[in-house]
Amino acid sequence: MAQVTLRKVQKTYEETPAVCGIDLDIPDKEFVVLVGPSGCGKTTTLRMIAGLEEITAGEIAIGGEVVNDIPPKDRDIAMVFQNYALYPHMTVYENMSFGLRLKKTPKDEIDRRVQRAAGILNISQLLDRKPKQLSGGQRQRVAMGRAIVRDPKVFLFDEPLSNLDAKLRVHMRTEIKKVHQHVRTTTVYVTHDQVEAMTLADRIVVMNAGHIEQVGTPHELYHRPATRFVAAFIGSPAMNMVPCGVEEAAGGLRFRLSEDLSFPVPRERSERYRPHVGKGKLLFGLRPEHMIEQRPHVEPGQQPFEAKPVVVEPMGSESLVFFVLNGVEACARVNPDCGARVGEPLKLVADLRHVHLIDDETGRIL
Amino acid sequence: MSAVAIEARPARRGSISRDRKKAMYWSYFFLMLFVLFFLTPPLYMLIMSLKTSGEIAEARFPWWVFHPTFDNYWSLLGSENFQNFFINSTLVSLSTVVVTMLISIPAAFSLSRMKFWGSATLAAGVFLTYLIPETLLFIPLFKIFSWVTEFTGIELVNHWWVLIFIYPTLTVPFCTWIMIGYFASIPKELDEAALIDGAGWLQLLVRIFIPVALPGIIAATIFAFTVSWADFLYPLVFTTSADQLVLPAGIVTTLIKGDVFEWGRIMTAALLGAMPPLLIYAFLMDYYIAGLTAGATKG
Repeated sequence: MAQVTLRKVQKTYEETPAVCGIDLDIPDKEFVVLVGPSGCGKTTTLRMIAGLEEITAGEIAIGGEVVNDIPPKDRDIAMVFQNYALYPHMTVYENMSFGLRLKKTPKDEIDRRVQRAAGILNISQLLDRKPKQLSGGQRQRVAMGRAIVRDPKVFLFDEPLSNLDAKLRVHMRTEIKKVHQHVRTTTVYVTHDQVEAMTLADRIVVMNAGHIEQVGTPHELYHRPATRFVAAFIGSPAMNMVPCGVEEAAGGLRFRLSEDLSFPVPRERSERYRPHVGKGKLLFGLRPEHMIEQRPHVEPGQQPFEAKPVVVEPMGSESLVFFVLNGVEACARVNPDCGARVGEPLKLVADLRHVHLIDDETGRIL
Repeated sequence: MSAVAIEARPARRGSISRDRKKAMYWSYFFLMLFVLFFLTPPLYMLIMSLKTSGEIAEARFPWWVFHPTFDNYWSLLGSENFQNFFINSTLVSLSTVVVTMLISIPAAFSLSRMKFWGSATLAAGVFLTYLIPETLLFIPLFKIFSWVTEFTGIELVNHWWVLIFIYPTLTVPFCTWIMIGYFASIPKELDEAALIDGAGWLQLLVRIFIPVALPGIIAATIFAFTVSWADFLYPLVFTTSADQLVLPAGIVTTLIKGDVFEWGRIMTAALLGAMPPLLIYAFLMDYYIAGLTAGATKG
């Protein structure tokens, strides 16, 4: 088991930068998820840790040892690939034991480790089968089993659930979490699915265009995003971002969303937002769950307003109501029994305790 | 709501099933044409092989055997010359296959997987060498052999084993080329998984690539065997004495004497000679097709 350290790590493909000098410290036993859109450099970063990509500049250390020039096999890592990469001509047992056999591990030790891993993953009955006789979920378990038997310093997962159907993905997500709780190996996990990132990670690293946007626990990223990118990327449906201004009014500062809609700035934020009074290019950010239907009892911080739904999506436990706010589409998460109908005015409240003011030019959260 | 009766519409003319039927008829028509075209020569050979020399000379009706006999078969199978040709052909072809595979597999592996400077150009170059016909190569090869004899005293001409060195010039480029295609269809993650598991390049080749690429390798093997079994020009040029000849050249040089053609025995010998490749194709056909079409269908 070991910590992983990245120092000013860069990767350039023929002048095109893929990873632009990132710094990251992953402590021992931590489950870190690299998340971001396609082409953000997350997979490249993982492959550099694995030793499958050379580093253009910077330094990667595993367990305190710089591994820049160490080949993958000597880094003591195990990797689970998106398409499983099981050896098709070998049985599950042979697949899982391949690495140990190459290391000339004694047979009874190999057997002990394979049986243990198979037990953890509940695949003991599949050991004699070939990969083509397995379902997607079973193949994924075998791929994880192959990683577990090696008892490596670090687990690397490259979008391991992308090839599974939605239901199985949720199930395997739980399995991966259970396995990590059981073996406690430092894990770096790459995904583009923010739900996967939120549910699995001890800490999430949000990447964008080769840079790290923010590192934090799922709770931190969700409630205190540092940038507009993180705010928009984490959470589904995405955070509403409505162009606004901040103005001085009789009762204090107000967010001005349109000519006839403004909300008071929460008192504790007044000083923070005062320098932005009268400035343009600001966004009013509020997550859909903080825009709900108006209830008889209004909580402190909740401000009523009226919206005309253009689309209502019933989800069963809740309904998503889409409406236009200052020229952009916004979404509210309401009780399915609140009677939201397309075209009929709906009374909503905005919970301003959770509001974010975003500088549209720099993308920073103010 | 009032019930609305939905009338069943009559099937349109030119519907999918009609089109399909039409296409099927045409497919069968052309397939039959192909079968006729390609199976007529072997059928004719079979008919001729069952005739006596007298019946062939009579030329009464070439498509029927009036007095079938296996005399041609017995006389050839008992002939020492023919047995010799057969043994020489077998030794040359099997050795060529081994030599070809020993060169082609590592070559294809390195060209398709170990991306190094110039690997793409080299891969194209390998294929280009295949395009040079043997009719252009045999004179320079003959020249090279005479130089070797001149400098080392080793006589290379008129030995059956020299074909083992010559045939790979035909088989290696093509086999390397089809295996590059096959290896390229194997997902890259498989090597990466093996590299992380601790395999070196050689272990990766032997323990992962060769077993996974077996259909491609078998296709290449069949090709190498067929080419070396059936080649006519090189053995005709490089071997002369009867004990050194292989089947294709042997049949022609011993069964055609001046203007006397022993048609019955020639046809019999050709049929017997065609048997080994035919049997190999029959048993390994599925592998052969899987190997040749791999790049086309796999991601």
